[in-house]
Amino acid sequence: MFKKILIANRGEIACRIIKTARRMGIATVAVYSEADRDALHAEMADEAIGIGPAPATDSYLRIDKILEACKRSGADAVHPGYGFLSEREAFPVALQKGGIVFIGPNPKAIAAMGDKIESKKAAAKAKVTTVPGHLGEIGDAKEAIRIAAEVGYPVMIKASAGGGGKGMRIAYNAKETEEGYGSARSEAKASFGDDRVFIEKFIENPRHIEIQVLGDKHGNVIHLGERECSIQRRNQKVLEEAPSPLLDAKTRASMGEQSVALAKAVGYDSAGTVEFVAGQDKSFYFLEMNTRLQVEHPITELITGIDLVEQMIRVAAGEKLAIRQADVKFKGWAVESRVYAEDPYRNFLPSIGRLVRYRPPRESSIDGVTVRNDTGVTEGTEVSMFYDPMIAKLCTHASTRLSAIDAMARALDSFTIDGIAHNIPFLTTVMQNPRWREGKLSTGFIKEEYPDGFKPRPVIGKEREMLAAVATSIDHLLNTRRRQITQQMAGSKVRFAQNRVVDFGRDEERVHVEGDITQPITVSFLTEDSSVRRRLAVESTWWPGEPVWTGLVGGEEVSLQVRPVANGVRLSFRGLSTDVRVYTEREAELARMMPVKSRPDTSKFLLCPMPGLLKTVHVLLGQEVKAGDVLAVIEAMKMENILKAERDGTVKALHAKPGDSLAVDAVIIEFT
Amino acid sequence: MKDIIEELERRRSVARAGGGEKRVAAQHGKGKLTARERIELLMDDGSFEEFDMFVEHRSTDFGMEKTKIPGDGVVTGWGTINGRVVYVFAKDFTVFGGSLSETHAKKITKIQDMAVMNRAPVIGLFDAGGARIQEGVAALGGYGEVFLRNVLASGVIPQISVIMGPCAGGDVYSPAMTDFIFMVRDTSYMFVTGPDVVKTVTNETVTAEELGGAIVHTTKSSVADKSFENDVEALLQTRRLMDFLPSSNLSGVPELETKDPATRIEASLDTLVPDNPNKPYDIKELITKVADEGDFFEIQEAFARNIVTGFGRLEGRTVGFVANQPLVLAGVLDSDASRKAARFVRFCDCFSIPLVTFVDVPGFLPGTAQEYGGLIKHGAKLLFAYAEATVPKVTLITRKAYGGAYDVMSSKHIRGDVNYAWPSAEIAVMGAKGAVEILYRDELGDPEKIAARIAEYKARFANPFIAAERGYIDEVIQPRDTRMRLARALNMLRGKTVENPWKKHDNIPL
Repeated sequence: MFKKILIANRGEIACRIIKTARRMGIATVAVYSEADRDALHAEMADEAIGIGPAPATDSYLRIDKILEACKRSGADAVHPGYGFLSEREAFPVALQKGGIVFIGPNPKAIAAMGDKIESKKAAAKAKVTTVPGHLGEIGDAKEAIRIAAEVGYPVMIKASAGGGGKGMRIAYNAKETEEGYGSARSEAKASFGDDRVFIEKFIENPRHIEIQVLGDKHGNVIHLGERECSIQRRNQKVLEEAPSPLLDAKTRASMGEQSVALAKAVGYDSAGTVEFVAGQDKSFYFLEMNTRLQVEHPITELITGIDLVEQMIRVAAGEKLAIRQADVKFKGWAVESRVYAEDPYRNFLPSIGRLVRYRPPRESSIDGVTVRNDTGVTEGTEVSMFYDPMIAKLCTHASTRLSAIDAMARALDSFTIDGIAHNIPFLTTVMQNPRWREGKLSTGFIKEEYPDGFKPRPVIGKEREMLAAVATSIDHLLNTRRRQITQQMAGSKVRFAQNRVVDFGRDEERVHVEGDITQPITVSFLTEDSSVRRRLAVESTWWPGEPVWTGLVGGEEVSLQVRPVANGVRLSFRGLSTDVRVYTEREAELARMMPVKSRPDTSKFLLCPMPGLLKTVHVLLGQEVKAGDVLAVIEAMKMENILKAERDGTVKALHAKPGDSLAVDAVIIEFT
Repeated sequence: MKDIIEELERRRSVARAGGGEKRVAAQHGKGKLTARERIELLMDDGSFEEFDMFVEHRSTDFGMEKTKIPGDGVVTGWGTINGRVVYVFAKDFTVFGGSLSETHAKKITKIQDMAVMNRAPVIGLFDAGGARIQEGVAALGGYGEVFLRNVLASGVIPQISVIMGPCAGGDVYSPAMTDFIFMVRDTSYMFVTGPDVVKTVTNETVTAEELGGAIVHTTKSSVADKSFENDVEALLQTRRLMDFLPSSNLSGVPELETKDPATRIEASLDTLVPDNPNKPYDIKELITKVADEGDFFEIQEAFARNIVTGFGRLEGRTVGFVANQPLVLAGVLDSDASRKAARFVRFCDCFSIPLVTFVDVPGFLPGTAQEYGGLIKHGAKLLFAYAEATVPKVTLITRKAYGGAYDVMSSKHIRGDVNYAWPSAEIAVMGAKGAVEILYRDELGDPEKIAARIAEYKARFANPFIAAERGYIDEVIQPRDTRMRLARALNMLRGKTVENPWKKHDNIPL
C-alpha cells in the first residue's frame, strides 16, 4: 500500500480524499494555488505545497508543478479528484515516467473513452445500446419514412452539418417525417449550405442516468448501481439521487451488465461512470464514459456502503477487488444537493466573496437517517472566481426516497450561508416540488417547472401558520426577556398582551399566546370573532443570535433560518422566505395606518451588484444604450466586473464617478 | 360624586379628541399618527400617565381667546419602556399645528425638570409648525426655557428627539441639543428656515424634503442619527435604543439577560483581515460576531461611513463600539468621521457606557478640502473625547494603526485601559511604502532597492510586537478569542475609578 498520497486537486474533493486516506493510515499531501493559501484542504492535509498563482492553468493544471510537488514530498501516488487533470491522458503518462502511481484508470482507457466517436464505437462493439438511427445520407422522403419506421417513432431529423437547433425536426409519424425531411433539408441548405440530413431516435423527456463501475488491474469489473442526475440547469447537475426512481431491477441489471461489458472492453481498472440517456419508457442509450471519480459519487457510497476512494486507492496499489458483484447490495435511498455560490434571484449569476457565515447542518446518522456534507470551505473562506462555484455537496440517506427528501429539506433549512448569494433557497423550493417528490423527472425539469426563473413559494396554508407560530414564539421570548431588564421602576409589572397580531406585510394573523418561554408555549389562531380555530404547541431551545431556529411546531420537527430585521425577523424555510413582525393588537391597528411606500423602480437604474470601486463609466449623459452594452466596470477584490445594460435606454443621470467606492445596490447610472 | 366623576371623564375625552375628528383624519391621511397614538406605541401598554391635560393657552390676541383646546398642542407625561421610567412630550399637530405657546412650553419644561430631578430620560416627539405667532415674544421666551433645560439635562439624563413631521425655526434647537435625533422618512423635515424664506433670501428653489428631509440629515448634514420607514418603526426602534441606554449618568448601564456565552469562539475572525494589506474588509462583521447575539444598534450609519459607531452588549451589558471601517475610504479619519466618533465617545462617557474601539486606520485624510475644512480641529475633537473619557476603554488594533491616528484611536497613551492587538496589527508612523520613500529618497530611482527597503521596513514594523515591547500594547490576542478577551477585560474594569482634575468644564475644540 502507498505511504503517501498527493491530491492534485482542491476544494471538497481534496478534503474528501484526505479523509479516506487518513482512515487508511496513508499520509497526505495537498497542493494549493495562491488563492487557496488558507483553504481547508491545505490545512487538512499532513503537508501542503504551493504550486503557483490562482488561475488553474498556472497551478492545478500544471503537470510539471505537480510532479515537482510529488518529488519534494516523496508521495508515491497521486489522486487527481475530478476535473483539472483527472481525465488527461498525459497526466498518468507523466506520473508513470516519474515512477509515481496514478490513482485512476490506465492511460489507454482514458484515451479510449476520451474521444466521443471512439467511445461510441467501443460501446457498439461491447453491445452497449446506443441511440438508434441511420447515420448515412438519406436520398428522398420515401427513404426517410422507411428509416424512421425502422428506428421507431418519434424520430429526429437532423442536419449533418447542423448545430444550434437549425435544420432539426421532430416527427411522430410518416406524414410529419415527410414534411420534416423537406423542411429540415431546405433549412440546412440555407443555414449551412449543406442539405444532408440523418435520422435518429428522438427521446422525449429524457432522463440522465449513469452507472458507477469499479475495476481492478486483474480484469475484474463490477457495477455499483445507478445514479439519476436529471435535474440540471444548463447542463450543470444540481440534484442527484441513487437509485433512480425510474428503473426496475431488470433495467438496472441490464444497464449494469452493459456498463461492465464496456469497462472490460477498454480494460478499465478504476472507478468510472457510464452515462446514459434514458427514455420515460426505461429505454436507455449510451452517452459517454467518465474515467474518473464523479462529483456525485457519495450517493452511491451511501446506498452501497462502499468507500469509492478507498477502492480506487486499493486497486491502484494493485489489490484485487475484494467485492464481487453479488456482494453489492443497495440499501435505502440517497439524495445529493449541490450547494453553489450562485444567486437564484438573479438568474443564478455566480456570486463571490467571503463566507461571513457558513454553518452547515451537523453530519449525523440518527434513526436510519444519514446527513453527510462534503465541503472544502469553512466560515471565513473567500469564494473566488477562479474555480468551480460549488461550495458543498449535501447528501441525505434514508430508508425511502421520500424520507431522504424530507431529511434533505430539513438539512437545507438548517444550512446557513451569509456573505454570498447561494442556491439553497432554490434547493429547498425543489424539495417541496410535487413533481420532484413523485420522481417524474427529466432533464427539462428546471426549465419546465420554473419557466420564468426562480420565484420563492407563496406563504400560505399550513406553512404560513408554522411561520406565524415560530415568529410568535420568538417575539414572546424577546418580550419576556425585555420585561426583565434591570433599572425598572418598583411596583407594577410590565403588562403583556397575550393577543398578538402576526404581520406578514399587510397580511395578518391574529393569535393568542400562552405559556412560559422556558416551556413549550401554545399559539392559538383566532377567527374574526376571537374563537380559537387552531392551536399549535411550539417548543424550542433557540436563543437570539442563533441563525437557525430548530424545534417542534405542532409536534412537527422544523428548522428555519432567522435573520433580524427592524422590529421583526426574516424567516426562511422550505423555499419560503418572509419578513414577520409580531405586534400587539393596538400596534397592528396603528401599523395598518402606515402608508404603503412603493419601492423605487430599480429597472431604471444600474445598481452596483457588489461592494467595490467604480473603475470606469463607459457612457455619457444623454447617451442611448442597447441591451448588452458595457456601462461600467466595478473592481471588487481586485477583480474587474463588467456591468452591461439589461435593456435599451437613455442615460438620464450619472450618480457615481470613477474612483468612488460603492456599496451593494448603490445607484451608478439612471436611465429615462 | 358620580356626576363629578362623569365630568372628569367628559373633560378627558374632550382633551383626548385633540384637534377634532377632521384634523385627526388629516393627520392620518398624511401617513402620520397622532401624538397620543405615538405615545401609546412608545410606552409600555397602559403605563402612560398624562400630565397637564387640561392646560389651555392664555393668549387674547388675534381672537385666540375664542379658540382654546385643552392640552394646547402638546401631550406630556411619563410612563415606562420595559418597566423603566421615561418622560415624554409629543407635539400634537392637530391642535394649533402643534405650535409652541407659553403654556405649551411650560408643560414641556415641567417634565424636563422632573426628569432631571428623578434621573430618567426624556423623549420628545416633534411634529409642529414652530412658534405660535399670535403669542409673539411669549412663545420665544418659552423656547428659551426649553433650550436651557435641554442644556442642563445634557449629560445627566439621555434626551432623545424623534422628528415625525415638520420641525422648523425655533423648534429645531431643542432636538439639536439632545443626544440623538431620529427622523421618519418622507414625512419629516427639519430646517432653521424653510423653502419660502430660502427662496426670498438666496433665490434657491428647494423642496422641504431636499432642504431638510431624513435623507439629507442622515447622509449630508449629520443632524439626524437614524431614519426610519414610518412612525411605527421609528417608535419601536426608539424603544429598542432605550434598552441599551442608562437611565441617567448615575444609574450605570442596564442589563439584559443573555445565554450567548462570553467564551464563544469565532474561528472565522482569524481570516477577517485579508493577506493583502490594501484589500478592504467589513469591520461590522467583527462587531456583530463579538457583540451579544450579533445585536448592534448603529448610530449615524449613513454618515461618514469610514467610521462605525453604535451600541451593542457584552454579557448583557451595554458597550459603545467605535470602529474604523476599512470598507469605506480605507477607514481613514477625516473631519466628518472625527466629529461623528467624538460625539459618540462623549455620549458614552457621560453615561458610563464602556467603550470598545476597533482600530484599522491608515491615518488622517490628506488634501486641501480636509485642511481648509479644519481637519486639525475636528480630528482634535476625537483625540480630546477619548483622552478625557473616564469610562472603561478597551482597544483592539486589527490591522493598521498609522501615525497620529494611532494615538487618537483610544491608544494607551491617552488612557486606553486595555489595549489589544491581533497578530496582523501594524503600528507604525506610516505605511512601509511611504516611510521608505522618505527615508531612502536617494534610492527612489532603483525599484529593486526600494522593494528591498519596503520589505525590510515591513519586517521591522508591520507587526504588533514593536509596540508590545514598549508596553503600548498590553497583549497580542488570537482573533478568534476576541469576544472572550473583551468580555473579560470589561469585567476586570468594572471597578474602574478615575477622576479628571476639577474644572468648571473643559474647552474641547468645537
